[in-house]
Amino acid sequence: MEALLAIAIGALVAAAVYLMLARNVLRFIFGLVLISNAANLIIFTGGRLTEGVPPLIPEGANLPAADAANALPQALVLTAIVIGFGLFAFALVLIFRAYTTLGTLNSEEMRVAEPKGDPLL
Amino acid sequence: MTNDEPSRRSGNGFAGVVPVLISGAIFVFFLTLVPQISAGDVLRWSYDWVPSLGIKLSFLVDGLSLTFSLLISGIGTLVLLYSNTYLAGHVQYARFALFLTSFMLAMLGLVLADNLIGLFVFWELTTITSYLLIGFGHETTKGRRSALQALFVTGAGALALLAGLILLGISAGTFEISEILAKGDEIRAHEMYLPILILLLAGAFTKSAQFPFHFWLPNAMAAPTPVSAFLHSATMVKAGVYLLARMHPAFSGTDVWLWTLTIFGAVTAVFASFLALRQTDLKQALAYTTLMALGTLTLFLGQTSSYAITAFVTFLIVHSLYKAALFLVVGCIDHATGTREAEILGGLGRVMPVTAIAAAIAALSMAGFPPFLGFIGKELKYAGALAVASEPVFVAGAVLLANALMLAVAGVVAFRPFWRKTDSELPRTPREAPWQMLAGPVLLAAAGAIFGINPDLLQVPLVNPTVATFLGDPTDAKELKLWAGVNLPLFLSIATFVLGLLIYVIHRPLRNLLIRADNAAPNFDRGWDAFLSGLKAFAWWQTKYLQSGVLRQYIFITFATVLVGLGGTMLVRGIGNVLPDLTGIALRNWAVVALITVGTLIAATTRSRIAAVAALGVVGIGVALIFIIFSAPDVAITQLLVETLIVVLVAVAMLRLPFLDAQGESDHRPWDAVLAIGVGGVVTLTLLAVLATPLDLRLTEYFEVTSWPEAFGRNIVNVILVDFRALDTFGEIAVVVIASLSAYALLRTTAKEKSE
Repeated sequence: MEALLAIAIGALVAAAVYLMLARNVLRFIFGLVLISNAANLIIFTGGRLTEGVPPLIPEGANLPAADAANALPQALVLTAIVIGFGLFAFALVLIFRAYTTLGTLNSEEMRVAEPKGDPLL
Repeated sequence: MTNDEPSRRSGNGFAGVVPVLISGAIFVFFLTLVPQISAGDVLRWSYDWVPSLGIKLSFLVDGLSLTFSLLISGIGTLVLLYSNTYLAGHVQYARFALFLTSFMLAMLGLVLADNLIGLFVFWELTTITSYLLIGFGHETTKGRRSALQALFVTGAGALALLAGLILLGISAGTFEISEILAKGDEIRAHEMYLPILILLLAGAFTKSAQFPFHFWLPNAMAAPTPVSAFLHSATMVKAGVYLLARMHPAFSGTDVWLWTLTIFGAVTAVFASFLALRQTDLKQALAYTTLMALGTLTLFLGQTSSYAITAFVTFLIVHSLYKAALFLVVGCIDHATGTREAEILGGLGRVMPVTAIAAAIAALSMAGFPPFLGFIGKELKYAGALAVASEPVFVAGAVLLANALMLAVAGVVAFRPFWRKTDSELPRTPREAPWQMLAGPVLLAAAGAIFGINPDLLQVPLVNPTVATFLGDPTDAKELKLWAGVNLPLFLSIATFVLGLLIYVIHRPLRNLLIRADNAAPNFDRGWDAFLSGLKAFAWWQTKYLQSGVLRQYIFITFATVLVGLGGTMLVRGIGNVLPDLTGIALRNWAVVALITVGTLIAATTRSRIAAVAALGVVGIGVALIFIIFSAPDVAITQLLVETLIVVLVAVAMLRLPFLDAQGESDHRPWDAVLAIGVGGVVTLTLLAVLATPLDLRLTEYFEVTSWPEAFGRNIVNVILVDFRALDTFGEIAVVVIASLSAYALLRTTAKEKSE
């Protein structure tokens, strides 16, 4: 199953990279969402997959079941999901703001700081 | 040169006097150590600097470091006294005195340091202060260029040196120099001996301006003359030589050491002697003779015989004395007449008698005439050269040629300006220099004469303990004496005189010949310029292409780098050829993965905003399903929540945003697709390779074992988040808070603009 997910993750990354390379920044943040998902799945899969045994310690025991799932990647992914969401929300507001100010979603036309024909460029 | 204009004031007040007193006190302090050191003692002082890395700030006073310290502080005092008059009334004199004093202290630290890291820190401090001093006349392009050139060349060497010192420290198991020197056999046999040696030599050769790194030193003469006298003849350029001398007990004796030092030293010595004769500017001529001296010193450090070492120590002292004196004399001439051109100057002996005498004595020492110390130095050089077991003819020949040329240069620099008859008009009417400027040349020249007549004054207190730091035994030092009997060195001396006088007589036609040859030869200084402009053009080019200001291109380059870096590494290391094992997967799991993949493809290719948002939602829910199936309920809950929020936010934003593609435009980007598929593929291969390696479960096991007994939680994931890694979670919350605050601020200004 890990191998199958690895292939699906490759497809996710490819789609994300393709979208992030677009001129339209809305497509860029779609890519951002996909690449966050891909990264989370990489961490999760890297810690190996276990079906149906969550890392919980039963009442009265000191240890989880011997075949319980790997808890560490889950904790890391949980944090990553939330941070990814923070990044996404900020990026979305930023492009919204950029559109209201600049009137475009095309990143190549957003050149207030580095105007075209700048001798330093 | 505006710096060299004479002025009506006689000094610079407080800023002029205090540095002289400081360095004078230091000189006296080191003098008081002489009896103890010559009795065979070695003083050590140590302070724990960075104990966690085993780095100490430790200092060592033995014969070698004491000799250097005396030269540095003694000449430093005279140079500071001289500068106070030479640069009298200069608006930035206080700054100059600060730089020069800082340099002196850094140089003292360098020769006294007993720790490799400490040595390096002081080494770099001398580089930086030297940069400031060469660039003291920073209003001229030449001054700035020369300063930067010296900084780059010696700085690049210092980086190599740092690597070498760290390797040496690791290989020897200690960073204390005195402990390393005791492990000579171990180091010479170590597998890292050669790399360490090459790196150390790179540092030493750049600092001491050995061929082919020699070109920065004559340019450094852009500095005010007292700086040249101090840094670029007597002290800083000897730092490289000092390093070689300090490491001599641990590194010498191998063929690599012998031949590298002998060849580089000999080539530098002879090459620089010819170039010295080519110059008409007195200061430039002296600069090249300094190169010759550095070459000779390096040459002798290649050997291990007691003759060679005694010759090294003696010539080190001789050269510092006469060369500093001659530089100061040239400064006096420049100050008095306004020129340093050999073909203009003449007849100064009558108006500047004291300068003339000091110059004559220093020059006779340089030319190696008896009864001056230079004669003893030269005799020892020949004895040392003849003691070279393998190639005495080559070494002695190089030394003979260099010495004869030195004699001719000494005549050009210190004889002709004073005694030649000339009709040339001088820029200024010369008069004798004031006593503050005469003190240096007179005392230094006198020292050369006194030590020459009575070499015992130098032998027991300084030469013997210094030789002992190389060979371990002060009695190994050869005796310094004016009359060593009729022997081969004496005949070589006579040959030197004859050849040198001959060269002096024909030096003007010879110079024209040399100028023509030099102009035809490849010019290292111009090569340096070409190198720098090439570097700049490259920087310009790569900035233009890599930092074009176009977001798409930045992202393209970033992912292309990921592709090449990851793919290339796997290709080179031969990993990543793991075949995916797709057997035994439940139908349900196939379905979930298919869901994710279909959502992904739609999101990447659709032109409809709504379809894209829906596809993103599908992918998100598919990922959440993976989490549910594979035992991560908490993660799945978070994922579902976040995915819902994302879809809602995007949908709200879309009410105000335009379509993905303008009318008639398409989003067809085949090259981007190639890169994207490449990156995706390489990520899959990497993950497959990772999955093929064994999993390290130590951290997970630790959390499993401690979760209940120590943190009283049964949900291990939650315990990790709120207990073991609580600070991470705190940081995560901070990120979300900052993102929402920023988003709020951005939206509020939008609203304001609207209402206005």
